[in-house]
Amino acid sequence: MSGHRDIHEYLAEFDDIPGTRVYTAARARKGYHLNQFAMSLMKAENRERWKADERAYLDQWPLTEEQKQAVLARDYNRMLDLGGNIYFLSKIFSTDGIPFAEACSTMTDMTFPEYREMMMNGGRSPEGNRSIKGGY
Amino acid sequence: MARITAGVGSSHVPLLGVAVDQGKSGDAYFGPIFAGYEWTRAWEAEQKPDVVVLVYNDHASAFDANIIPTFAIGCGERYKPADEGWGPRPVPDVEGHADLAWHIAQSLILDDFDMTIINEMDVDHGLTVPLSMMFGQPDKWPVKVIPLAVNVVTYPVPSGNRCWALGEAIRRAVASFPDDLNVQVWGTGGMSHQLQGPRAGLLNREWDNRFMDLLVGDSQEARAIPHIEYLRETGSEGIEMVMWLIMRGALGRETRCLHRHYHIPCSNTAIGHLVLEPVE
Repeated sequence: MSGHRDIHEYLAEFDDIPGTRVYTAARARKGYHLNQFAMSLMKAENRERWKADERAYLDQWPLTEEQKQAVLARDYNRMLDLGGNIYFLSKIFSTDGIPFAEACSTMTDMTFPEYREMMMNGGRSPEGNRSIKGGY
Repeated sequence: MARITAGVGSSHVPLLGVAVDQGKSGDAYFGPIFAGYEWTRAWEAEQKPDVVVLVYNDHASAFDANIIPTFAIGCGERYKPADEGWGPRPVPDVEGHADLAWHIAQSLILDDFDMTIINEMDVDHGLTVPLSMMFGQPDKWPVKVIPLAVNVVTYPVPSGNRCWALGEAIRRAVASFPDDLNVQVWGTGGMSHQLQGPRAGLLNREWDNRFMDLLVGDSQEARAIPHIEYLRETGSEGIEMVMWLIMRGALGRETRCLHRHYHIPCSNTAIGHLVLEPVE
């Protein structure tokens, strides 16, 4: 009814969306500890320890050095590439006191004021942003 | 007998909860969003539903990356608002309806839906923001709530068709509960939004409104929309709209639209709101 019976075809289509990392099982596996680290920041006592020494806090988690560097640099696109999911990663920018929209803007080629203005003007158009191959 | 009398669709953007909690719902930014809920607040006060089956997704609050239930039903007596990283929202605890919830859970499992059953959990903005939008700031929520959490984060998420069919099964389950209860089903989340990557900020007014059109009347078309279409047209988080299909499926063959509202933007998101009733 909703199309796919073949998981390979289903997943392959996701790579055709511009500027988007769909949170597939492969990403969930790669980013498991990265996401669990981010989740740990939901507890006030963990947030205190994290703020006191970010690197030391990260070193208690089995993350790759690449993942740790991406977190320390607050490079959210990189974190997504390394298996992060934005709902989990949101615990990091919440702890930093940064609104969701501002964190989103850091993943685009816009400043936060430019991003905010785009949203006030109706958001990013789907035109030309639906398919890499199709260019529509 | 218990009966499903209406369905409500609504976005559940966390910033709306902040607006309510900080008294900003009438300001220039939020005013037009909240104005579209005034009709529903008055209507809900008249309808006085006993129970809401509230379909939502947990945003890494009750569930972490460890356990990922596709469909989970809350069968507990009460739920506390979750601490999502900045302390819990100052809203009342959510009272469950354990008798009806267990009845629905058992009926769904017999009906081939392999539900995950939850006894204890905290509920995040996905569940409490729609309550605030529909009921304002009471000391106690005027309704009991059965949380129904759907995985719309880790792919594959359930198909639109499966969601619609789950709604149909919920309708059958509610109809076989002996107590006389007025039950609503709410589908929350959406509409178009993308919170990640260089394409963040995507909104699609035209597609969102076509989706709402498809939920009114007797069309079955929306159940066949594939995931890739939601992703391309409505952003990576627009997929939350499959949860509206559980609400629509629970209303039976045909629906009538009682109220509709759409507004762009709220933070990163398009706000959509729909009130439907079944046409018997």
